[in-house]
Amino acid sequence: MITVALYLTIAMVTLAALLNVYRLIRGPDEPDRVLAIDTLYINAIALIILLGITLNTRMYLESGLLIAVMGFVSTVAMAKYLKRGSVIE
Amino acid sequence: MSPFAEYAISALLLFGGAFTLVGAIGLARLPDFYTRLHGPTKATTVGVGAIMLSSVIYFSAIGEGIGISEVLITVFLLMTAPVSANMLAKAAMHIGVETVKDTKGKPWEQ
Amino acid sequence: MFDRLSFPQPWLSLVLFTTWQILSDGVSGGSAVLGFILAWLIPQMTHGFWPERPAFVKTWRMPWYILRVLNDIIAASFSVAWLILSPRKPQPAFISYPLKLEHPLAISILASTISLTPGTVSADVSDDNKTLLIHALDSSSDEEIIDAIFNRYEKPLMEMFQ
Repeated sequence: MITVALYLTIAMVTLAALLNVYRLIRGPDEPDRVLAIDTLYINAIALIILLGITLNTRMYLESGLLIAVMGFVSTVAMAKYLKRGSVIE
Repeated sequence: MSPFAEYAISALLLFGGAFTLVGAIGLARLPDFYTRLHGPTKATTVGVGAIMLSSVIYFSAIGEGIGISEVLITVFLLMTAPVSANMLAKAAMHIGVETVKDTKGKPWEQ
Repeated sequence: MFDRLSFPQPWLSLVLFTTWQILSDGVSGGSAVLGFILAWLIPQMTHGFWPERPAFVKTWRMPWYILRVLNDIIAASFSVAWLILSPRKPQPAFISYPLKLEHPLAISILASTISLTPGTVSADVSDDNKTLLIHALDSSSDEEIIDAIFNRYEKPLMEMFQ
């Protein structure tokens, strides 16, 4: 039963990632694109966790943690860049 | 693995996947930037949280110990989601992103 | 020399130490030593960035607040999911929320809470820390939302930071 639920969930998260890519391409403004990337990395973390359950290993969790940290920092950097025109004053 | 753990894991997985999908539908479907901000900050965070929880239950049920990294990721996402939403909203107000016509009130300028 | 060995922010040090133990997957001799060094070094290095000590008095109320917020986050996602999926167009609004809290840390906790809970995202704080700009996804009346935020979140926070 877990296998079926797992594959259904992977399908749903992948569809979600595709919708994020649609918003990333469509825009129309820069904040929309940054928001789409922000959501995309959170979905990527979900996919990594699901991959870990599928392959029965906990090795990938560390990379999920790294993506979470890096994604947050880059979102903040992009938002600052949009607001001020530079990241570090 | 006990059947109860199996049911709990499957239910949490489907719940999490559904919420992640709803967040993305919101991002694709809602009319302007400020309304689109709501989908990812809430639905996606909860969805990923549920998927993490199912992973915690799964790995403790097959006897690999309680996964603390998942909890750490979830707490981190819960703490950072409002901050990034706030930063993006500020940036959007600065740039002057258009709002939907029937929005009540206006963003300030300062 | 010895005053440099102090912990200016005991809570921050404790959080750093615990996080390091979690990151290294369990407590061992090496991780305890390294965690201790980090818990000392990072508060020393970031000392200048913390404007003032937070005036937490009733720390024991914090767990209740966190439980309430977690509960509301789940309820919020259901209502937002419903709004996203229903064919009806939502009625978005910008609302100015008059702040009664004064401490910057309390204000940022309130703003984060608002972003995570029912249909609202905090967008900006005015320069004098007196008003919070909120964007609501679906608002029938502004007063209702302001009252709900005040009674559910701001009051407990005011009791915590006095």
